[in-house]
Amino acid sequence: MTDLQTPEAPQLPAATLSLTRPQLPRWAPLLAGVVSLGVGGLVALIAGWGLVPVAIVAWVVFFVGLPAWSAAVEGRRASIDRLVTTVAWTTFGLAMIPLVSLVYEVIGNGHSAISWAFFNNSMRGVLGEGGGIYHAILGTVIITACATVISVPIGVLAAIYLVEYGKKNRLARTITFLVDVMTGIPSIVAGLFAFALFTLIFGPGVRFGIGGAIALSVLMIPIVVRATEEMLKLVPDELREASYALGVPKWRTIVKVVLPTALGGIITGVTLAIARVAGETAPLLIIVGTTTSVNLNPFDGRMATLPVFIFSSVTTGGRYEAFNTERAWGAALVLVAIVMLLNLLARFIGAIFAPKTGR
Amino acid sequence: MAKSIDVSDLNIYYGDFLAVEGVNMTIKARSVTAFIGPSGCGKSTFLRSLNRMHEVIPGARVEGKVVVDGQSLYDPTIDPVAVRRQIGMVFQRPNPFPTMSIYDNVLAGNRLNSKRMRKSEADAIVEKSLQGANLWNEVKDRLDKPGMGLSGGQQQRLCIARAIAVEPQVLLMDEPCSALDPISTSAIEDLIHELKSSYTIVIVTHNMQQAARVSDDTGFFNLRAAGKPGQLVEFNPTKKMFTNPDNESTEAYISGRFG
Repeated sequence: MTDLQTPEAPQLPAATLSLTRPQLPRWAPLLAGVVSLGVGGLVALIAGWGLVPVAIVAWVVFFVGLPAWSAAVEGRRASIDRLVTTVAWTTFGLAMIPLVSLVYEVIGNGHSAISWAFFNNSMRGVLGEGGGIYHAILGTVIITACATVISVPIGVLAAIYLVEYGKKNRLARTITFLVDVMTGIPSIVAGLFAFALFTLIFGPGVRFGIGGAIALSVLMIPIVVRATEEMLKLVPDELREASYALGVPKWRTIVKVVLPTALGGIITGVTLAIARVAGETAPLLIIVGTTTSVNLNPFDGRMATLPVFIFSSVTTGGRYEAFNTERAWGAALVLVAIVMLLNLLARFIGAIFAPKTGR
Repeated sequence: MAKSIDVSDLNIYYGDFLAVEGVNMTIKARSVTAFIGPSGCGKSTFLRSLNRMHEVIPGARVEGKVVVDGQSLYDPTIDPVAVRRQIGMVFQRPNPFPTMSIYDNVLAGNRLNSKRMRKSEADAIVEKSLQGANLWNEVKDRLDKPGMGLSGGQQQRLCIARAIAVEPQVLLMDEPCSALDPISTSAIEDLIHELKSSYTIVIVTHNMQQAARVSDDTGFFNLRAAGKPGQLVEFNPTKKMFTNPDNESTEAYISGRFG
């Protein structure tokens, strides 16, 4: 056996280690913020500026003042830390401005239009007051559902080919590249594609819901492929090998082991893709058009959808402009609420289907 | 129900790279055969070639013969899926299926092959396999809990239960104890001793004491030189291997004077 006796410990230097540093109190950023706002307010009083310049002045004072104070008390490293923290919070705030103001505007302008009748009536025979978006909600639901039914099988199966069978061969690489290109296709081009396709088949002036669903699935398939591909790549190869070692054929391994393991992520991806295409306007405008009455048959005739309803309400103008604008805001609020619900649903479903550890 | 395996002139490639060269050996039925050797010398690669798991990796291929029960495994008429049903495998890292309960994990081999069975039959298989893997007493009250919730050692025994639930002829184990503590290791070694009476067991291990404890025959793999393919240096009964090996490098490796 080796001698495990420890060698004698080296003598520590006599000087004590200094682990303390002067620190700003915890409320220092708050104080700096209040002081900066005060300075901004003072400038506003003297120069008579509005809200935005005041905010900018206050921000500049805070941005210079807090790091300077920190540098004086805490030293260089802490000062840089405070500077970078300020930058991070500022950019976060900037990113939140459009989101918050959008939700604020939509709710503020849209809530007055919301009523039972608004959900329960179509626009048939309505010019001025009254009317509703019943027909547009149904149209959006039908067309988005059709697009989902078309895109999900194609997208998921394509991703399965890419990850499980195509392992980096030339075809798989080409498909991945084309999917990436498709992700960037402008939605109006997808609409034109569907329009051209059905004009070739059924002659000019064709308008129906399935055309819109096909245009939307052109936009949706690449998103579904991408999301599913990433999720399938996350499934460890060890699980596939464990399944093969039990004598399970490849297709059954994919269906019974790989897909269930990735299911939560795939459903989340699909739901987000639905939310993404539910608000598309341009392709539906071209191939579906809009109408004032309820049309439940996607294979025949124009259908109203929420985005196109909003667009046409705002652009109609004329005598009843005020009513049209109010209905447009109401429809916008409903559309935002639907998209938000779909996002929440995606998180919820993702959590339910995630593999459980039992801990 | 156990079978012996005859390997002759086996060369294993990854693409153009020759990983293991010229292996000849006979693995006896109802015995434990251990493979030892330094990392990267092709023990695991060789093990995986015994049930055609090797070819799961793109570009991997094999030359030579592996004969089980008179049938050459690499014959074009052989179905790799059928081979893997007869020759089970336990991996280095425990890999229970995360979406399944303990109960379903044990039955995975049967269920995934869509074998229909009655509930009583399934219960019997689960109990028998878990008892065989020495895990029944620890999990019998929580069979419906996820398999991922068990400790590492329990997960590994769950994987062994899953492998023996399909009643293979041969059980291949690729460093089954390398991620486990000494107590779980000893539980699995006891298990190997018990399984020996009904299965042919082949185990890869980095632990020389483990090879000495559990195996009847031992094969020593080594690289001829850095960058050269791995080869089987010596294959002998374990007793002879650890007391009086034929080859000098075997003795050097076993006694720790390696390289």
